[in-house]
Amino acid sequence: MQNIELINLVNKYLADEVIDLTEDCQELTLVINSADILSVADILKNSPFNFNMLMDICGVDYLHYGLSDWETDSATSIGFARGIERLSKKNLKLIQKDKRYGCIYHLQSLKYNTRIRIKTFLPEQQPVIDSVTEIWNAANWYEREAFDLYGILFNNHPDLRRILTDYGFVHHPFRKDFPLSGYLEMRYDGATSKVIYEPVDIDEREIIPKIFRDDTRYINTSEEVNNE
Amino acid sequence: MNKKINQTINFGPQHPAAHGVLRIVMELDGEVVVKTDPHIGLLHRATEKLAETKIYNQNIGYMDRLDYVSMMCNEHGYVLAIEKLLNVKIPIRAQYIRVMFDEITRILNHLLWLGATAIDIGAMTVFLYCFREREELFDCYEAASGARMHANYYRAGGVVRDLPNEMPKYKYNKWQSKKMIDSLNKNRQGSLLDFIWDFTERFPQKVDEYETLLTDNRIWKIRNVNIGVIEPDRAIALGFTGPMLRGSGVAWDLRRKQPYAIYKKLNFKIPVGTNGDCYDRYLVRVEEMRQSNIIIRQCVEWLKKNSGPVMVDNSKIVPPKKDKLKSNMEALIHHFKLFSEGYTLPVGEVYAAVEAPKGEFGIYLVSDGSNKPYRLKIRAPGFAHLAGFDEMVRGHMLADAVSILASQDIVLGEIDR
Repeated sequence: MQNIELINLVNKYLADEVIDLTEDCQELTLVINSADILSVADILKNSPFNFNMLMDICGVDYLHYGLSDWETDSATSIGFARGIERLSKKNLKLIQKDKRYGCIYHLQSLKYNTRIRIKTFLPEQQPVIDSVTEIWNAANWYEREAFDLYGILFNNHPDLRRILTDYGFVHHPFRKDFPLSGYLEMRYDGATSKVIYEPVDIDEREIIPKIFRDDTRYINTSEEVNNE
Repeated sequence: MNKKINQTINFGPQHPAAHGVLRIVMELDGEVVVKTDPHIGLLHRATEKLAETKIYNQNIGYMDRLDYVSMMCNEHGYVLAIEKLLNVKIPIRAQYIRVMFDEITRILNHLLWLGATAIDIGAMTVFLYCFREREELFDCYEAASGARMHANYYRAGGVVRDLPNEMPKYKYNKWQSKKMIDSLNKNRQGSLLDFIWDFTERFPQKVDEYETLLTDNRIWKIRNVNIGVIEPDRAIALGFTGPMLRGSGVAWDLRRKQPYAIYKKLNFKIPVGTNGDCYDRYLVRVEEMRQSNIIIRQCVEWLKKNSGPVMVDNSKIVPPKKDKLKSNMEALIHHFKLFSEGYTLPVGEVYAAVEAPKGEFGIYLVSDGSNKPYRLKIRAPGFAHLAGFDEMVRGHMLADAVSILASQDIVLGEIDR
């Protein structure tokens, strides 16, 4: 099945749910409301789509999306500085609070050899979405992972525990406001003969700042990117 | 009166059959497994978070360390994602080199799997045999990339350098006789391609050797046949890929179904099992080694006949040639820019998948247009397999849990990430 047929099918069967449907790099992305996930998943799993395999569920935190550590365009009048400004509160306003988190599903159909991506956005305050474990059993661990790393909560998940982080860990480490080095470090303390936790004593530093360039204009053939 | 209570035991995290640092909390009724709960994350290094703070090329090295027995396949998945988003076509020679090393990697992975599984089940010899062949393949890695395991050889736009014309040789020393050194160097007189060719000539007989030891071995069959049977529809529902899916009789291989690089042009067969038990998965993997051997031979033949660039000629993503740096100002600027801040990708998101030895290795890359990935999600095949472990193992004996775990080809590096 070609993507074009898939687009037609989506328009026919999911016209009410779909907010946005894009094709980029020969990949289809379906943006839906998080409340519709179960009904959309149910339709996509069954005929005529037959997306019988869930490849992946992935959380994304859009808090710092499109923010650079180092302004490359506007700094010319005062000269470039290598110093990095920490992302300030002012900048963070750019992010829509109701769309901070993304929960992204990758589906594959073994029957038609097609793939599709479902994208939902979740608010900062209560990132809750229905679990799809009943529809695709593979979702179980992927949802646990998204919960562990991003704090996305899945309704009716059979066993929503942490999966990758340590026993007794409190934060959701892949959120963009969680520092790379974490808050606590662990070491063996000879004096007390115990493993102890202490606050991290290393300062975070950026070796290569995150920057934006228009360099891709030389290699990209897509019109869309050039216009941005 | 005695009341029967189920026993709960810890399998791992330091158990040799747990294939790394895996802890499984098992509930046993006598010797029958009632329930298992794998506790993963003991090897969690937050690769995906680290990747968000590194420029694109710096992350290639992390890919090697995910599934640390199929290094180059992981790199392939990652660079494919970048290339897909950049919309770059890479030179045909680079694609052949990649496919050749992907298949070498597949053999490497399956050899380790075979050896480790055999040793889990109690067959010591196979392990030693498998490592003998692995050494030669590591020599190929070393000759091409300089590293025996974590090769860091692929780049967005091709591979970092062309294959060497000379194989490194053993030096004469006072501990080994001259005759021995000469025999070790016998197949290293030509280029790397000659060495690989020589390996592929001998390898099918080596696979025969393993099969002589195992395939009809009574103990091997008792331990594997009808153990851990997974029906095709369950395998699909649980997201199994690779030999785990093919062992259940689903002929699904991304190299054939969604071909990348030059797999379209190559002749090879996709082995499938019938029963979906541990024994079928073993047979599938052994046959895959033979098929990989055939693919490698096709690649070597092509590479010997054709030369050409192995990197795209685009200084915006690939550093300029060293000799140009001293004479060409623009080359120097490009070099400086690439190494001080890397290249930026267009805004967008992309999912690229390769058929890694363990199954579908996918990279989901979100770019916000900067020089670092905004989000890099690694879809590791083993993650789904281990998630299905509980369902596969219920009702089996404790000793069978070891066979089933081994047949899943677990590597915690990719599961914990």
